Order: sequence, then structure tokens, then C-alpha cells
Amino acid sequence: MNYEQKLRELVAADERLVVMTAENRAAIRNLPQELGDRFIDTGITEQTMVGAAAGLALRGRIPVLHALAAFLTMRAFEFVRTDAGIPRLPVKLVGGVPGFLSDGNGPTHQAIEDVSLMRGIPGMQVFCPADEADLVLGLPAFLKSPAPVYIRHIGRPAVTEHRPDFEIGKAEVLSQGEDLTIATYGFMVGECLQAASLLRDKGWSVRLLNMRSLKPVDQAALLSAVRETRLVVTVEDHFLSGGLYTVLAETCLRHQVSAPVLPFALSERWFKPGRLEDLMYYEGFTAAQIAGKIHARMNSLHGQRSGRKPANGVLAAKS
Amino acid sequence: MALRVREHIIRMSTDGGCFIGASLSCADLMVFLYQKFLNIDPHHLDDPRRDYLFLSKGHDVPALYGTFAEMGWIDAARLKNHLKTSDSLYWHPNRAIPGVEFHAGSLGHLLPVATGVALDCKMRGQKNRIVVITGDGELDEGSNWEALLVAAAYKLDNLVVVVDRNAFQANIATEDLIPLEPLDRKFEAFGAAVTLADGHDFDSLEKAFQQVPFESGKPSVVIAKTLRGKGLPSIEARADRWFCNFSHDEVRQLLAELHGEQQGALTSAPLMVR
Repeated sequence: MNYEQKLRELVAADERLVVMTAENRAAIRNLPQELGDRFIDTGITEQTMVGAAAGLALRGRIPVLHALAAFLTMRAFEFVRTDAGIPRLPVKLVGGVPGFLSDGNGPTHQAIEDVSLMRGIPGMQVFCPADEADLVLGLPAFLKSPAPVYIRHIGRPAVTEHRPDFEIGKAEVLSQGEDLTIATYGFMVGECLQAASLLRDKGWSVRLLNMRSLKPVDQAALLSAVRETRLVVTVEDHFLSGGLYTVLAETCLRHQVSAPVLPFALSERWFKPGRLEDLMYYEGFTAAQIAGKIHARMNSLHGQRSGRKPANGVLAAKS
Repeated sequence: MALRVREHIIRMSTDGGCFIGASLSCADLMVFLYQKFLNIDPHHLDDPRRDYLFLSKGHDVPALYGTFAEMGWIDAARLKNHLKTSDSLYWHPNRAIPGVEFHAGSLGHLLPVATGVALDCKMRGQKNRIVVITGDGELDEGSNWEALLVAAAYKLDNLVVVVDRNAFQANIATEDLIPLEPLDRKFEAFGAAVTLADGHDFDSLEKAFQQVPFESGKPSVVIAKTLRGKGLPSIEARADRWFCNFSHDEVRQLLAELHGEQQGALTSAPLMVR
């Protein structure tokens, strides 16, 4: 079942749900005919769409809004913060083509601060599924939540078989491991699955976390990673500031723990626009590049600590 | 009643002050709407068939709370708590006060919000009327015009926009900064049906509002010509008497002025923010 089918099913079962869009129907192209007046297209008016959604929510509706992530979270930011955020109305924002998925569009379309902005609003929940199956899995819970929610829409095929249990605020443990943890979300989960596999080939035991619910976040999963593995790697197609790396830092500070951390994120820059696979290579976000950097860092950590056998003898070769 | 609302406004213009000019310009509008036009019972705010009044300009909280006090919706004694941290009455509308439909303060928000409410009323086939009071300076904000486009597209003739046309932005006359005229033609071009009224004359307002909706299938706009600071000649239409924090003596003097006594000199500093 895809996103559109799941949304149709949920809307059919709950008359409070209405579907809105600022003329961005890519993920919901069949719904206008099927939903009648419960499908509202406000045209290219992100601000008015969000304001009107707050008005609909005042009347007991649960509006599910669709627009490109960049414009929904930034063009309309103050409307999200003021009209949905201050009164904590159940307005559900579904942002399309987030992160690297805006590929060749250029920096105007790059939503790589969306998580940072949305999690900064008191009471707002943030859902960043790994793929469309993950999105469909978590959608009912986040639409049912009384909170305003931001959803990073991913319409891509499943990168793994997700377990059917889903809970807001819980990470999905894709693999258990003791040497290092990769914590990631959204589109990068697929790449990290491959990176983890490459690292396992090199002898590392890799824990892989699909964080998916960025707010509330699974603090227990992050703290276990810090305590039980020697390196925590955060991977996100987002600015370094305000996303998962920041969430991890805040979690560690709150619990007075520290850990070696290797972040993969965009630091103080937008990414090079291009075809998806090309730009990811350019930015150093392919599975092989991620695995290579992690492998090097693990070996250097090994150099600092004795008493453990280096993986595949790489440390010995280096020294 | 509008006179008593003005007394409340004047009393709230001390100990921290308030946006007195904008409050006095729409006091009559507010009293008219709540008393003569809208079907809103503060004890049944969850009635889905009731009317709505969204106060978008936000600065006129003293007029709103003063009206609420006179309608018996809020204890008049509570108005003394304006700006006190022990209560929750501050310079902009607070949704926690029963009767306040939505918080405001950031301009250009409540027409979009009201558009959503109007959409839902239409969707449910209900006859409620959704009124939004906007300032005229506020119309600089593009979101108002966005929302009008949407309201016209969805034929929201249950939506009534009332412009408090006091001809001022904060400290500058609208026509000297970003001219709005011909304002009626602008609204008409955006698909609304427009009527002009005298915002201080109940007969004129009555005449305008009994025609609502002015045209079937179109949002209605009432451009209510008003005077900033109306009722107090010493501050009327003055650019520097937008926000005022008067001394207690000045408040007494202004209350006397409101009741027709001779006006005295105001000694507190005027406020210009530009």
C-alpha cells in the first residue's frame, strides 16, 4: 500500500481528516476526485494554506497539508509556528522532496533545515520515515496524535522490511552491533544499510538505528548507543546544526555522557545540485564513502585504545 | 455602550499603556458587531452553528476586552489586570480569554485562518457568518491578498472582511507610505463584493451589514471609514498617539475629555517608532 492509498483509507475512516495542498499533488494525484470537498487545493499559497488549516482545525478538522518541504517549512514558517504551533492545533504538514531528494533543483528547493525548524516549535512532532513503507507504517499514529506534526515525505521503495510495530518516539533497530552505531533517518537510511553491510565485511559489528521519530526522539536508543558502542555516527541529509547530530548532543548533555561522534551532515552550506547519485558522491554521502570514513575512524579509535584486536589487521598495516 | 468601552480603553492606556489610537478607531465597529450582528454566545462557543469574529489587527485588544466587559463576557474588574503577570491580558489577543477566537498580533494571519473556518462551514452546509476585522495598514501583508484569492475561488460568501480604515499604519498615514487607494477596486479585482460604511455610525453599519453577503458566491468586504483615536480630540488622527502610556492624571483628564469636558494638555511622551 502506498502513501496515497493509506491516506485515502484513513480519510475514509475519519471524517475529521481533510487533505490540503498548495498545488502540489504529486503524492496525492487521485485524491481530488475521490475526496470531493474534503480535498482542498489553495493554489500556490503556502501561508494561506497553513493559516486556513489552523482555521479548519479550530472547527475540529485534522488537515493533512502537502507542499514542497522547503516552502512548507520556510515560506510558511511563521504561519506554522504562530497559527498551528502556539495553539498546538493538530495540523499535519507533509513536506515533499526533502533533503537530497530535491536533487537538481538548487538551493531554493533544498529543505535541509526543515527538521531543525520544525523541531524548534514547542509541541511539534517530527516524523522522518526511511521510505514509503515506513511512512505508511507511521502515518496512522502521527495523524492520530493530538499534536501538530511535520512529516518528511519519502515516496521511495522500501529499503528494508520494516517490522510492523510502530511507536512515536521509538527508533527502529535495523541491526544490533557492539563496535559502532550508525543513527540516521529519512532517505539516508537506505545508504546506511549498505554502508553497514560494507563495514560488516570489514569485520565491524554495526548497530543501525532508523531514528524515524526525530521528535519525540528515542533518547534511550541514543544513550544505549553512546554507552554500549565505541563510536556513534550520525548520517542525515540536513544541516549539521539542528538535526540529529544536535539532538544527539542535547541528549548526551542532558544525561551527562559523552562519546566519540562522527557526523555526516551539511555543515554551513547547501549541497551541489545535480542528479541524485552524482550529487551524493560529490558530497561524500554514498554508502562506500560513508563506510570508508567510518572504517578509518574506527581504526584510529583503535590506535588510541589498546586491548582489542584490530579489525582485519588494518591498524597493524597503518602503523 | 460604545462610550463605556472607550472608558475601558482609556483606563487601559496607563501602567504600561496600550495601542489606544487603533482601539478607539474600531470600538464602535466591535460594539456593533457583537451587539447587533453576530450570533455568538460565550457560554456556547462550541456550538458549530455560531458566528465568528476574528480580530486580525491585534492592537485593539482594549476595545475587544472593553466590549467583552460591557457584554458581561469578562469581569470588568479584570481589565485592571492588563499587563499583569498574575493574569493573561496583554497587548495582543489571547485565545485563552473566552470569546477570543484566535491569538493575533502578527499581521495578515487571521484572514487565512478565517478562510479555513469559512471553508469548513461551507463544507458542512452551515450558515454561520465569519467576520474578520483587519487594519488598513495590515493590508500591506501579502497573505491577506492570498487568502482573498482563495476565498473568492471557493466562493466563500460566508466570509466578511471589515477593514478598520483609519488611514494609518503605525506612525505614518497609509497614503503617504504604501498607498492603498483605490482600496474598494482592489478588493473587487480580487473577487470580493465591497461596501463602504461609516465605522462610527451604527445606522451606516446596520445598512451595510444587513446586505451581507453583498453578492452570492463572493466574500464581502466592508470598508469602514474610521478615525484613529475617535472620541478624544486631543489624540484624534495623530501619528504620534498610536501607542500611549499615559499617567494616571492624564487618564482622568482623557476620561473627562471623552465626556465632553475641555481637553487638557497631554504631558506624557508621544511614541514614534519610525
